[in-house]
Amino acid sequence: MTSSSDGNLLEVKNLRTYFDTDDGIVRAVDDISFQLKRGETLGIVGESGSGKSVTNLSIIRLVPNPPGKIVSGEVLFNGSDLLLLSNDAIRKIRGRRIAMIFQDPMTSLNPYMKISRQLMEMTQLHLGHSKAQAHDHAIRMLETVGIPDARSRADSYPHEFSGGMRQRVMIAMALSCKPELLIADEPTTALDVTIQAQILELIRKLKRETGTSVILITHDLGVVAGMTDHVIVMYAGKIFEQARTAELFSTPGNPYTKGLLRSVPDPTDEQGKLYQIPGLPPDMAHLKPGCPFAARCDYVQDICRREFPPLVKLNTDHHSLCHFAREVYSESGGTPVQE
Amino acid sequence: MATEKQPEHDEVIHIGPEMAVAEADVHPEEGAFVRGTSLWRDAWRRLLKNKLAVFGLVVVIVVTVASIIGPTVIQKVFGFTPDYIPTHDDKLTRSFPPFTGPDGKFSPLHPMGTDNAGRDQLARVLQGGQISLFIGILSTVVSLLIGVSYGAIAGYVGGRVDNLMMRVVDVLYSLPYIILVIVLLSLFRSQTPRGQLTLLFIAIGSVSWLTMARIVRGQILSLKNQEFVLAARATGVSASRIIFRHLVPNTLGPVIVYATLTIPQIMLTEAFLSFLGFGVQAPLASWGTLAADGITNIAVFPWQLIFPGATMALTLFSLNFLGDGLRDALDPQMRTI
Repeated sequence: MTSSSDGNLLEVKNLRTYFDTDDGIVRAVDDISFQLKRGETLGIVGESGSGKSVTNLSIIRLVPNPPGKIVSGEVLFNGSDLLLLSNDAIRKIRGRRIAMIFQDPMTSLNPYMKISRQLMEMTQLHLGHSKAQAHDHAIRMLETVGIPDARSRADSYPHEFSGGMRQRVMIAMALSCKPELLIADEPTTALDVTIQAQILELIRKLKRETGTSVILITHDLGVVAGMTDHVIVMYAGKIFEQARTAELFSTPGNPYTKGLLRSVPDPTDEQGKLYQIPGLPPDMAHLKPGCPFAARCDYVQDICRREFPPLVKLNTDHHSLCHFAREVYSESGGTPVQE
Repeated sequence: MATEKQPEHDEVIHIGPEMAVAEADVHPEEGAFVRGTSLWRDAWRRLLKNKLAVFGLVVVIVVTVASIIGPTVIQKVFGFTPDYIPTHDDKLTRSFPPFTGPDGKFSPLHPMGTDNAGRDQLARVLQGGQISLFIGILSTVVSLLIGVSYGAIAGYVGGRVDNLMMRVVDVLYSLPYIILVIVLLSLFRSQTPRGQLTLLFIAIGSVSWLTMARIVRGQILSLKNQEFVLAARATGVSASRIIFRHLVPNTLGPVIVYATLTIPQIMLTEAFLSFLGFGVQAPLASWGTLAADGITNIAVFPWQLIFPGATMALTLFSLNFLGDGLRDALDPQMRTI
C-alpha cells in the first residue's frame, strides 16, 4: 500500500519545539529528524523529560501553546507538511489518520461520558456515521480489542472499567477510524506487568491486521526490543542514537545507549549491584556548550565539554551523536562504515 | 427544577478517577457485571438524610405546585378569581381577617383574609407566587446559559481572551448593581405591566450570571489540563464540542448547587424592587408588591403583610436549605461512607 515513492509514511525533518518558561527557553525538542515507513514500528526511548512526548505532540500539533512553540522543521505525512495545515485540516487528520494512545488510561477517558458515546464521537466526526452505525461500530471495536460482553458494557461509564480495560477502550477508540499512524505514548506504563503484556500483544495483533504504522514511546527497553523495527534514543531533546532495533541492542554506538542497556536488570545475572548512569539529566533551560551528556559519560574527554558532538553514520540506518561513536561502536563489536 | 429530576437520573456518573478506584475496591469484578452506585444516586441518598434539605424540597414543591394550580382550583371551587372584587358596599371596610366572612363570623372562604379591595388574599399570594417563582427560575436559567457559556469559553481558551473576558466580569461586578437596576428600571419605565416585567427580567438577568461565570471558569481551568481533554483533542474533536460536550457536564455538580442558591437570591431582588415600586406593576402581583401593599395598613390589617411575607420567607428559606443540602450531597469531599 505504498503510495509515496520512498515508502515513508512519516518524515520528520529538523523539528524544533521550544518552551518559553520563566527560567528561560527550554529546547524540549531540538533539531530532530527521522522517518517511519509504512507498516513499521518505531520505538522512541529516553528518560523522563528527554522530549519523547513533545516530539509526538508536535507531530499532531498539540503542543500546549503558550508556552510551547514549534519553532521550525517539517513533519511530512504522506508527503504533505502537517505544520503548514490549517487548524481545520489538522483536526481532520487527528484521530482519522493519526491516532494517539496516552499513558494513563485512568484519566484519558471522560468520566462523565459513556464509553459508547466516546467511541461513537470518533466515527460520527470522521466517517460521518449515523448514530446507529456509530453505535454498532463502537461495539465491534470493543469486541476487537477483547472486551467481553461488549454490547452490554458499551453503555457503562469509564469508572466501571479497570485500568487494563480502559486502555483497551482507548485502543479501540484510537483504531476505530483505521488510522495510518498510531502514536502510543507509554501505553503500558500505568498498568501492571500481566496487563502490560496483554496490551502490547493486542497492539501487535491489531497492527498486523490493519497494517498501521506505530510510534511507540516508552522508557522500557524490554518493550522496545519486543515490539519495534527501529529505535530512536533521545536525550536532552536530541536524538542520540538511531538504528534498527536488533542492531541497537547488539552493537550500541553511543555511551548513553550503552548505559541504558546496562541499567536493565538481568535475571540470569544476580551478582552485584544494578548499574545506573551517574548524575541527573541536565537542566534543559541552561544547557552548557558541548555534549549534554558529558557530565555523566564514561567516555568523556575535553572535546566533549567544548564542542557539540557530530551525528556519525555507523552503518546503514545507524547513526550516533557522539565524538567517539566509532570507538564505542567498535568496542560493542561493530564495524563502522567509512563515509 | 433540576432537583426533582434526580431520582430518574440513575445513570452511573462519577466525579473523578480517584473515586472509581475506591469503588473498584468496594465492588470487585467477579465475572458478573456489578453496577456501582452513581454519583447522582449517592447524592440523592445523602440529600434524603439531610432533614432540613428534605423539608426545603417538600416546601418548594408544595409552593410551586400550589402557585401553578392554586388560582385555578380556587376559581373552580369557590368561584372567584384573584382579581375578583366583591360588591357589598355596606361595610366600612372590605378587608377581613382570615377565616372571616363579611358578616364577621367564621367562613372558610378566605383562609388568609382579604385585601383592601376585598380580593381573596390566598388567591393573590398564589398568583404572586407564580410571578415570583417565574422570575426567579427564568432569570436563573438565563444566568445559567450566559454564565456557563461565558465562563467555560474564558476558562478553556485561556490566555489573553480569558483575561479580557474576566476583567469585563470584574467591572460589571464592581458596579453597585441594585442602583444600576433601579436606574435602568426608572429610565426605561414601561407603560404596560408586561413590558415592565420584561424590563425587570432583563435588569436582573444582566447581572446575575457573573458569579456563575466565575464558578464555571474556575472549574474548567482545573479540568482542561486533564488528559481526557488532550485525548479528545487528539481525536480531532473541535474546541466548542470539547467545551460543551466534554467539559461542561463535568462541572454540573457545582453549577446545580449554585443555580439552586441563585433562585432565592433573584426572587429576593425582585421582591425588593417590587417593594420599592420599580418591579411588577398592577394588575400583576408578586410577593414583593403584595408586601408593599400590606405594609401601608400594617397597624389595622396586619394579615395583609403577614401572609405574603411569611410565604415568601418560607420559600426562600426552603430554597436555601435545599441548596445547602445539595452542596453537601454533591461535594465528593463530604463522602463518608
